[in-house]
This record gives sequence, structure tokens and C-alpha cells, in this order.
Amino acid sequence: MPAVEMKSICKSFGPVRALDHVSLSLDPGEVLGLVGDNAAGKSTLMKVLTGAYFPDAGTVRFEGREVRWRDPHESRQAGVEMVYQDFALAGNLDITANIFMGREHTQPVLGSSLRLLDERTMEASARELLDRLKIQVKSVRLKVENLSGGQRQAVAIARATAFQAKVVIMDEPTAALAVKEVGKVLEIIRGLKEHGIAVIIISHRMQDVFQVSDRIAVLRQGRNAGERLTKQTTMDEIVAMIVGAADSVPVPVA
Amino acid sequence: MRETLRGLLDRYGIVLALLLMIAVLTILQPEYFPSVGNITNIARQISVNALLALGEFLVILTAGIDLSVGSVMALSMVTLALLSHNGLPDILALGAALGVGLIFGLLNGWGLTKLRLPHPFIVTLATLNIARGITYLISQGVPISGLPPALRFFGSYDIYLSGTGDRRIVVPVSLLVVLVAYVLVGLLLVRSRTGRHIYAVGGNAQAARFAGINVDRILNIVYILCGLLAAMAGVLMAGRTNSGYPNAGLQAELDAIAAVIIGGASFFGGRGTVIGTFVGVLIMGLLRNGLNLMNVSAFWQMVVIGVVILLAVYVDVLRQRVPQQQRS
Repeated sequence: MPAVEMKSICKSFGPVRALDHVSLSLDPGEVLGLVGDNAAGKSTLMKVLTGAYFPDAGTVRFEGREVRWRDPHESRQAGVEMVYQDFALAGNLDITANIFMGREHTQPVLGSSLRLLDERTMEASARELLDRLKIQVKSVRLKVENLSGGQRQAVAIARATAFQAKVVIMDEPTAALAVKEVGKVLEIIRGLKEHGIAVIIISHRMQDVFQVSDRIAVLRQGRNAGERLTKQTTMDEIVAMIVGAADSVPVPVA
Repeated sequence: MRETLRGLLDRYGIVLALLLMIAVLTILQPEYFPSVGNITNIARQISVNALLALGEFLVILTAGIDLSVGSVMALSMVTLALLSHNGLPDILALGAALGVGLIFGLLNGWGLTKLRLPHPFIVTLATLNIARGITYLISQGVPISGLPPALRFFGSYDIYLSGTGDRRIVVPVSLLVVLVAYVLVGLLLVRSRTGRHIYAVGGNAQAARFAGINVDRILNIVYILCGLLAAMAGVLMAGRTNSGYPNAGLQAELDAIAAVIIGGASFFGGRGTVIGTFVGVLIMGLLRNGLNLMNVSAFWQMVVIGVVILLAVYVDVLRQRVPQQQRS
């Protein structure tokens, strides 16, 4: 059973047709690269998936059931997480606080009327989570502003997977990173496969998509422009699909 | 090793500055400054600014600002005196005085979260004028003197500890009010979810929103708490002066902001501690007290406080610059 199955999604903004019968499916543990030019509809499609937008037509199935999420809160509770391009972390807080931001553990004090933060549990789970994803930091109490870009991205990914996530969407996960840090982040993404988490990666860095994905889906002008297994395609073919030259121009031999 | 030293300075540098001040004042004024009477006096004098600064600190943590605290304090004070003079029972007058703070806190919060006014500077500038205007209207611009003992309790009573004459040691109730407020707000900030969310909103409001934190709720909470603390400051002031006078707290918001900034909180939000704020209040209080003891004119005191603000923030700028250079 696919983790996510989007069928014939349509979405218009006034006269602009952002998505025109777009379909997409994703298996558990699969890494899908979602590529396309600017305004091809990648972000809109992902916003439909997380419930930020409601589609005009089409269906979204999550683990086999049809879902009609009305906001990202609902999709998050079901297990769809988004990692934002600019990391969306609070630099003034430490790693643990960032991982649990908005979902802090509390414990009752003085009877049960008063609940205070349960730092010990959160710290231990943060540590365990980072170990599981093989993310190395000196301490889970380090402030995020003192981390490198790659470490921050790692924390953002860890946060996305902290709460039984089944699908993680990553918007340009490597765009803001120094070259030497890209490899480490890609490794973490591949690591998510082992935990059965399905990943959708939106990226303009084609070499990263090829390194990490199992399959690549191309959008062009709000429509499906084709899909390839990463092993069976080339960068040139994908680029040709992105710009819409796949049918007219023969694929050059590299 | 260097890292830990820097961490210590980061955390306690401001406390060192305070200790240094105490040492200097003790050396310069060995007879007056460390006397029991003078210390009690300082405790009483700082209590109003301490409460205003605590509220202001909460707001500044969310990268906001509340200009209305001085006016809200005056309105709360005059409301207390006026209602009491009109025969309202003490407890109701007190409730109404605190209610003033609640209402203005709500107004500030709503202006920001419901009307979506672009910056808290604007909505609180408006409420600064509204509260001060109402204060003059209901008092007709004249002070209202004479409060019943129960209403003077918080602002003027002392709890006797020991000794007699010069060695008589007392704790002003106003200091206890301040300490209780600081402990409660400190607990809220460090140990509760709401406190964690306040820091998160101040650190990165967008990230907080993405993380499912109700940012508007957090903003409303901090402005309401700030309003309530300002109203409580008004109650202390009314007790201490045994009156409600409409010019109370003029520019008090600026002193409160100064104390918060001296105490190491960042104007851009997300950074600072309750203890730092308290130390900032103490530094301002000691500065005024010391300069008074040395017969420095009030005009020069303003100049000195201005310089101290510049120094405190400049030290902070230097401190922030180091890790940034290390990173790049």
C-alpha cells in the first residue's frame, strides 16, 4: 500500500491553473525527488498534501484512506511533516527545545493542576533520536545558533521525524548548505529509509536528487511531465523533461 | 576552557558589574550607603520600576515593546484612589485597579493580534495616550490623597524582622511583592510550556507558528501580564505615596525599558532572563541612590543613565560579535 497517493489533483488561483490533474504516489521507505522549473507546481502540490491548500478536484489518500486535511496541523498529526528551506528553527533555543517546539513534554507537579516541562524526558528522547539518525552533536543542550548549517538541517530533519512521521517533505534541504555538509545531510535522508519513512525532496540541485532518490517525478507547468526510476535515467533526460524538450530533442549520450 | 570563561561572563557579567557598583559605592559612602536604612530605602524605591520592568521584559522577549506601562500604572493608581474615596470596599477598588491593567493589556494584545497593527510601538503609543488621558479626565488633573490602611499595605508596610533604632531590620512588603512576581514569572518562563513558547516566538516567530504554537495567544498573554504588572506597580505607588496622582509614572516606561536592556535582554527578542532584568533594575536603583548620596543633580543622573545604557548594549554587541566571527 502506498504511503501517499494523490490522484488527479487540480488547484487554481483565480485564472491561474497551478495544478492540472496531477498525480503522485509514494511508498513507505521510498525517497522521491520532485523536480520542475519555478512555478511548475511543486510547492502547490506539497501544500495540497499537507493540507495548507485544499484541492479543487482530485483525491489524497494517506495509508489507503482518503483524507481531507484542512490545515497542516491535521496532516502533521497523521504523520506528514515538512522541513522548511530556511530550517524554521529558533536559534535562541537549544537542540532539545527546537526538536520539541510546540510539542513539549510536561509532567504534573503538586497534584495534577500544574504541569511543568519535563526536561529530562525531552533531553533523553532528543539524544536517542539524534543517535538513531546518526547525527553527531556535542550536546543536545547546544543552542541552535551555534550550529553549522548542516547541523541545523540535521536538527530540522530530526524534529520532523521525532513524532512517528510517516512522510517527510523537504523543501530544498541542501540549498543553504556548504558543499562539504551536503553529503552528511544526504546520508541522514537515506537513513530515514531504514526507518520506513517516505521522503519527498524538492530540490534544484540535480546531483543531490540523483544521489539520494529512488525515483524522480517531474512537473511542468502544473502537469505531470513524467517519472523515472533514478537508476534508469540520466540527468540530461530529467532536465529535458523539466524544460519540456524530452519529446523533440534526442537524449545526448554523455 | 575559554569557552567556559566566556559562558560565565556571558551569564554573570552583569552581576559582576552590579557587585563592582556596590563595592565602589561602599568605598565612596561607607557611612550611608551600606546602612540598613538606606538599603531598605533602595528596596522600596526600586519596587515600582521592578514590576514595570518585569512586564516590559516579557514583552521585549517576544521582540515587542510596551510604551503604555507608565500611563497604565497612573490610571490604575488614580482608579484605586478615586473608587476608594467614593466609598467602594477596598477589595473592589483593588480589583478595579488591577482590572485596568488587564483591560489595557488586552487592548494592546488585540491591537496587535486582531487589528494586526504593524508594530507594538504603535498600539502601545496609542494606549499610552488613552490611559493617560483617562487618568487626567477622571482625576480632573489633581491628586487624590488619603487611602485606607488596607490599600496602603502593599506599598508602604514593612515586616519587622529584628533590632531597634539604627539596627532595626525590616522587609518592605513591596519588596516581597516584587520577589513573588519575579519568582512566578521566572518559573513561568523557564519551567512551563507557555514560557518556552514565549522564547520561541521571540527567537523565530515564523518557526514557532510552523511548529504549531499559537503565536497570537502568546502575544496576548505577555501584553496582559505586562498590563497587570503595571497595574500592580500602580497599587504599590499609591500605597507608598498614600494617594493617586495623575502625573505618576510619566516616562516610567523608558526606565523600565532601560532596566531590561541593561539587564542583558535583546531588543530583538528571545534573549534575556528574569534575574538579568532584576539586576538591571538594581543597577538603575543603585545608580540613582549612589548619585543622590553624592549630591549629583538629577540632570546629571539622566546623563549617567544614558551612558550606562550605551555601555550595557555595547558590551552586548561585542559579546554577540565573537561567536559570529568564529562561525564564519
